[in-house]
Amino acid sequence: MPHDHSDHPHALLPPDPALRVKALETILTEKGLIDPAALEEIIDTYQNRIGPQNGARVVARAWSDPEFRAALLADADPVLAELGYYGRQGEHMVVVENTLQQHNMVVCTLCSCYPWPLLGIPPGWYKSDAYRARAVREPRKVLAEFGVTLPPETAVRVWDSTAEVRYLVLPMRPEGTESLGEDELAALVTRDSMIGTGLAKVPS
Amino acid sequence: MTRVHDMGGRFGDGPVSPEAEDAPVFAEDWHARALAVTLACGALGQWNIDTSRHARERLSPKDYTRFSYYEKWISGLADLLVEKGVLTRDDLEGKGAAGLHALAERALKAENVAAALAKGGPADRAGGPAPLFHPGQAVRTRIPGDNTLVAGGHTRLPQYAVGAQGYILRLHGTHVLPDSSAHGLGEAPEPLYAVRFHASTLWAHAEHPEDEVVLDLWQSYLEPL
Repeated sequence: MPHDHSDHPHALLPPDPALRVKALETILTEKGLIDPAALEEIIDTYQNRIGPQNGARVVARAWSDPEFRAALLADADPVLAELGYYGRQGEHMVVVENTLQQHNMVVCTLCSCYPWPLLGIPPGWYKSDAYRARAVREPRKVLAEFGVTLPPETAVRVWDSTAEVRYLVLPMRPEGTESLGEDELAALVTRDSMIGTGLAKVPS
Repeated sequence: MTRVHDMGGRFGDGPVSPEAEDAPVFAEDWHARALAVTLACGALGQWNIDTSRHARERLSPKDYTRFSYYEKWISGLADLLVEKGVLTRDDLEGKGAAGLHALAERALKAENVAAALAKGGPADRAGGPAPLFHPGQAVRTRIPGDNTLVAGGHTRLPQYAVGAQGYILRLHGTHVLPDSSAHGLGEAPEPLYAVRFHASTLWAHAEHPEDEVVLDLWQSYLEPL
């Protein structure tokens, strides 16, 4: 098939990506190797049930409860497991805390590793060549493209997720939120703030 | 050696274009199908996560570059299904044998999806060699950075950090070694460390003298200084 530049088996499938997926799905379903109902269940899980709302709850609790925060930063896995935030692509979690002295930011230069149980499926930009190529070399320029400018006294630490350890950024708690409860705080926690390409929202 | 997926530090990619926080999880329906088919096939138990990553990395450089994200997934999956003998090339062309597959009884059922996703696949293992390094210790990543077991094989040492001096930040535990596991050579677990590098040791034009990059690296990727 001239469309593909290799003799890899995938070139035997239709070149259009939507048709390629459909063709493979049909072949596998006919052979009983995949169950269409299971596919729907997987999609529903990541479309509707597992997403950044999970991570936001963890952050809001860490902002509200110093003991929880200390335990989360010291050894996240048992703390998150107790909350039910364990599973595929979140088996080994490390939570890193942003401070005035240090801003943390997460990337996977080799593929697209991301903490699924806490943030869901990564957004397109996280998986883009531009982010993967540049986040490690010029994180401040990348941050500027997200509208974030750090003060010169803040060092940037970029975490390249090269193993099965997944990183969640604990963003700084915005000023003026002393009276807010966990639900209100969670609403200020954006997905990007937990990747480190954004900051938590300031209450209006 | 350079590999097309190993793009950390590369020049020329242009700006990042962030989507809105509330953008759909899957931009196209087929993206969701590609993800679901890939996860469901993983449940057949014919390969591990390192094998499937390597299948995407082995796309030809031309395909890797021109394919969108989920095109890489579905194409890597098709290649892996044939390589592992689950499907034949005839099957992909619609000329294969009809009827249920011998592995059909292992197909992931809807009622087992939640448990399978919640179970995950931890990579830490008991045993393996004792840790050689301690937090704070200076180390250097080995040169060359290639997989030492298989020529051109899978590895998780990015080219931009090869031969660089860094400092052990923490020991994560003992984890499966992808360089071995991706090639069916066994799990070969080793101590895994977070290692911090000054940005100025990785890049000629680092943005800030205090900036750092941290990578998770296996013991055999590292040498003492």
